[in-house]
Amino acid sequence: MEKRVTFKGWLLPMLLLLPQVIVTAVFFFYPAGQAVWQSLFIPDPFGLKSQFVGLGNFEYLLGDPYYRASFATTAIFSTLVTVVSMGMALFLAVLADRLIKGSGVYRTLLIWPYAVAPAVAGVLWLFMFNTRVGVVAWYLGLLGYDWNHVLNGEEAMGLVVVASSWGRISYNFLFFLAGLQAIPRSVIEAAAIDGARFWRRFWTIVFPLLSPTTFFLLVVNIVYAFFETFGVIHTITSGGPQQSTTILVYKVFSDGFVGQDLGSSAAQSVILLVVVGILTIVQFKFIERRVHY
Amino acid sequence: MKIKTFLGAVASSLALATGAYAQTEIQWWHAFTGRLGDLLAEQITQFNASQSDYVVVGAHKGNYSETLNAGIAAFRAGEQPNILMVFEVGTATMMAAAGAIKPIYEVMAEGGAEFDPDAYLGAVKGYYTTTDGKMLSMPYNSSTPVLWVNRDALSGAGLDPDMDLSTWQAVGGALDTLKAAGHECPLTTAWQSWIHLENMSAWHNVPFASQENGFAGLDTELSFNGPVQVQHIQQMGDWARDGKFIYAGRRNEGGANFRAGDCAFFTESSAGYAGIKAEATFDFEIRPLPYWEGVEGAPQNTIIGGSSLWVLSGKSEEEYKGVAAFMAFLSTSDIQSAWHQNTGYLPITLAAAEQSKAEGFYDANPGTDIAGMQMTAKAPTANSKGLRLGSFDQIRGIIDEELEAVWAGDKTAEAALNNAVERGNALLRRFEQANR
Repeated sequence: MEKRVTFKGWLLPMLLLLPQVIVTAVFFFYPAGQAVWQSLFIPDPFGLKSQFVGLGNFEYLLGDPYYRASFATTAIFSTLVTVVSMGMALFLAVLADRLIKGSGVYRTLLIWPYAVAPAVAGVLWLFMFNTRVGVVAWYLGLLGYDWNHVLNGEEAMGLVVVASSWGRISYNFLFFLAGLQAIPRSVIEAAAIDGARFWRRFWTIVFPLLSPTTFFLLVVNIVYAFFETFGVIHTITSGGPQQSTTILVYKVFSDGFVGQDLGSSAAQSVILLVVVGILTIVQFKFIERRVHY
Repeated sequence: MKIKTFLGAVASSLALATGAYAQTEIQWWHAFTGRLGDLLAEQITQFNASQSDYVVVGAHKGNYSETLNAGIAAFRAGEQPNILMVFEVGTATMMAAAGAIKPIYEVMAEGGAEFDPDAYLGAVKGYYTTTDGKMLSMPYNSSTPVLWVNRDALSGAGLDPDMDLSTWQAVGGALDTLKAAGHECPLTTAWQSWIHLENMSAWHNVPFASQENGFAGLDTELSFNGPVQVQHIQQMGDWARDGKFIYAGRRNEGGANFRAGDCAFFTESSAGYAGIKAEATFDFEIRPLPYWEGVEGAPQNTIIGGSSLWVLSGKSEEEYKGVAAFMAFLSTSDIQSAWHQNTGYLPITLAAAEQSKAEGFYDANPGTDIAGMQMTAKAPTANSKGLRLGSFDQIRGIIDEELEAVWAGDKTAEAALNNAVERGNALLRRFEQANR
């Protein structure tokens, strides 16, 4: 039987909720509200004067073909980062799960990259692929491939995806490994006795039982790709060549802190907030149904 | 005994603290690290030692963009420094913020400090002066683009390193020979928008934007898609296609290639001198930026890049006096010529140039006077005194993107420049609206 604890009266439950409510209000609702408010104005950088333009900032943005193109860039980038980082992490976690000896060392080594800040990771990858002194670019040159992410948009996209996914693989790996280890051995062994081979066991037993972890990581990784990859883009490509790696959040930065156009920047933050909100709702409504807890 | 010593120490440090408190503190936020940061700190130390009324305190706030942002954010919070270093492309932003700044001519007049705007080189002064002749900020570090030549590479390809390289026609011929000789990087560049559009426009006396390049009004429109610029960019695009021009990146990434001896020609700021001199193991030479022979009025003069010092509003009279004293100190020709000789930046006052010449600096370091001559050979015109465009840092980003499309062969120069003009104009209208 489920046991429910109920409080008598209002005071104690309110008091217990209060810290969480205050933190959310101060660190989320207030700044988000400010962004919405500012998105209705065109201020000068120094805050000396400001004009109310209603939805003018949104009109300006949505009328800009480069801004609209940035949605597609963001979709491609986020999908690739999520797929690459989760796919690699799952692969490594399945391997690590089967390890009998030395798994501690292996795990520790895999977790390390997570400790590297995105901007530093960006610089590391940039050095490896630098068109002049990069090790990888040099070997590619030996193979007859002329690597030039400075002018080739697809190569630039590939590079920022790899650099953004790299540190993230560790994080995802941790969760996948914990998820795998929580699956009862007896179920898998029973299937093995019934003659199911590894892949069949994986797709019919392991993967479904892992789905809560996978779903959690999907949400977290998409949010990561949308918001936290800024450092990597900034250090490697600054959004270029042309606009091939200008994702939405990079444009927020560039308009706000390079162009000092705070009105446009605030409007973009609001749009980004709405997009990620919708994405999360969609994920919970449609994908969570397939999750077995 | 120990307690007594301790109390003594406390008392003396208190005395020191109150002693220091009597001096007025002047905050200066800047963007310099490394050797430049050390030289800047040295100027502050010298000033602080030279008098006892004021103490200048320098604070590094990141790169140029970050320093400007830090200043803006601090102003909004009422915590602004007295002096803010702003790069040349931030000039329009600062000028438009009339309530946030105190023009340097006012600061100097009220502070009773000696100040003669005409002591500055015309092209330097012009960049920071209004159309009615009022100087708004104090020039600090200025440079201009020149052509760096790897003489060994030229000899290697069978060219005479002393050949004429004053025109792009001549340089183009050399590029052909270098390429034919199998050279892998005949030409590279740094800061493509600054050198190949902004300076190329001034150098050929054609407008970069309407309203005197933005000096005469916020309703300015970009016009760098004229025939002179289109022809130049198309030629660069053709060179890129043929492997004669190697694009290395939006900033000064090409510098590494040139300093390593990989490239024969390099268009880069004159301020690259210290780095190139320190690293180059080949025979290098500075030549004036080439121009297209046949364009009327070319060569005119090139324009500057670098930064100036803006005085922010909302401070006490005493502090402004201190700022005026410090600015007067910075303008002295001893300080200016030392700065010029140590950094490779232009001598920004005529006196500093003369002093450097008298000290034999140009004889000992051939080529270091070329940048100065390139800027002063002719009196600046409306097309060549500088640029004053809002959101210019971002417009440069747009230009970078469009030029990359030309180098990659995706667009013709004309299509790319037309597009850059159109996109840039949209930003100029936003800026005009924000500062109405």
